[in-house]
Amino acid sequence: MTEHAEKQLEETRIRELLKQALPPVASDPEPARDLWPAVLRRLDAEPVRALPHRLPWFDWALIAGLIVFAVAFPATIPVFLYYL
Amino acid sequence: MPDRPEIVPEDVLETVPETVLARFRQGDLNAFEALFREHQRSVYGWILRIVRDTGAAEDLTVESFLRMHRACARFDPARPFEPWARRVATHLALDWLRARPHETELDSDVADALSASPATDPGITAEIRLKTAQAFAHLPPRLRIAALLSLVEEQPHKDVAAALGISVTAAKLRVFRAVRLLRKDLERQGITP
Repeated sequence: MTEHAEKQLEETRIRELLKQALPPVASDPEPARDLWPAVLRRLDAEPVRALPHRLPWFDWALIAGLIVFAVAFPATIPVFLYYL
Repeated sequence: MPDRPEIVPEDVLETVPETVLARFRQGDLNAFEALFREHQRSVYGWILRIVRDTGAAEDLTVESFLRMHRACARFDPARPFEPWARRVATHLALDWLRARPHETELDSDVADALSASPATDPGITAEIRLKTAQAFAHLPPRLRIAALLSLVEEQPHKDVAAALGISVTAAKLRVFRAVRLLRKDLERQGITP
């Protein structure tokens, strides 16, 4: 038996075991209640958020790295600008 | 959160779905409700298949749609809504699985139910089913979710990959690793799959 066939057989056996072992889920389950009111409640409870004005830390790190690089190697600045 | 917009007639929303998606992207609450009504059942079913707990599935469905609403500006209306919704829901379900490491041991209700209900294959005893369920519960959540969707729910690898936000190759690899770990765990317990 080839390695691929063995792998397929192993997967088939495990699949069968899992199907027998896990609690079944209905074919087309639906929630017991209408969930829209819960969504609305959560939306109303949320404070109105302004657009994020803070940059994440990695953006600051990237900017800092670029500044350090530009200070250390000023000759590369025109090269960077050329490729922008 | 975007401003709550003016009311748009439902029939307009239903006849031009691409407008619904575009309006959803702008934060339109009516468009959001239209999408919710259309997709809540499929999102709920998808989550339920992962978490296997109706109460948690309902909570996670609500949370998923809230996340979608918060992220509406990042949604691309040129793309279908369903895969995006599934990806958001899958990540939340994965977080839920990760947050419950203490439940790697089977719930006593589940264990009782497995013992009580007969297997469709008479060769598979209640003890084997229980040990299989326990071995499955011991898998890392990201492997468990891939194996569950692919092997038990028989979803195509590309759908599993899309829901998890990974490549098809990575999804296949996760299923393969899950199968290997399960086999080893079962063999350790004296069961040869």
